[in-house]
Amino acid sequence: MWLCGRNQERLEETVSLLAGSDHAFSIGDLTESSYVERLVEQVGQLDGCVFSAGRGLTLPFQFATREKFDEVFNINFFSPIELFRLLVKKKKFCPKASVVFIASIGGIWNISTGGSVYGSSKAALQSIVKFCAKELSSKKMRVNSINPGMVNTPLIRRGTLTEEQLKEDMERYPLKRYGEPEDIAYGAIYLLSDASSWMTGQSLVIDGGITI
Amino acid sequence: MNLQDFVEKFAEQFDETDANEIQANTVFKDLDEWSSLIALSVIAMVDEEYEVALKGDDIRNASTIEDLYNVVKAKH
Repeated sequence: MWLCGRNQERLEETVSLLAGSDHAFSIGDLTESSYVERLVEQVGQLDGCVFSAGRGLTLPFQFATREKFDEVFNINFFSPIELFRLLVKKKKFCPKASVVFIASIGGIWNISTGGSVYGSSKAALQSIVKFCAKELSSKKMRVNSINPGMVNTPLIRRGTLTEEQLKEDMERYPLKRYGEPEDIAYGAIYLLSDASSWMTGQSLVIDGGITI
Repeated sequence: MNLQDFVEKFAEQFDETDANEIQANTVFKDLDEWSSLIALSVIAMVDEEYEVALKGDDIRNASTIEDLYNVVKAKH
């Protein structure tokens, strides 16, 4: 497995948690086009890929300047899509490869106060997944998204909301907890595997029941 | 930055509350119009005007507008 990210320590930790030993990682920032080009040159043939880079932002609409949209869209939308485009163009995917984008319930099923910038970036990602699924079906490639609710990662603990507010929010979830990274990883394993071989252009909502 | 200016910008986040009701010593969470959206707007205003990243906890721990001003000033 190939992993990429900005932080060596976190990449090493992730590799240490993986089964098997044949893994490699690459350190870099997906918003830098020179890095993305280098990365695409480096990787071998891929059976699948999970695009999970993203950032959050809670901001009332009247403060949502173009600059704020650019910051969030660059990471949540443009960087994964450009990497994906180059991987396709350079023919890095094996036949029947499966690709998974980590979108969100935000912007599609969940319209929260202050979520316009983040939510619209994820809605854009959600939309392009379907276009890619249709076009790339000619190569027998599959493209799906996972749409998580709130998951316990640093992304949701930026300090804008207090621990109290997060706890209150957690209580609104029918299963009474936020997700753990593993809850989402198991969904990715399903979508990457042949167990989902007749599934493309779809959205796998994993959210503790909050959108029911 | 000065206190009066901060109080005015703070007051701009409200629509229904009379600006005269919003003073440096106002306990802002007691205002009827105070809401989680206004709290987010105050955080965004402080980021835009003073380039200071306030936390939700900074708002929670402040009582008056002047308390919050002092937090922003310390981080400015």
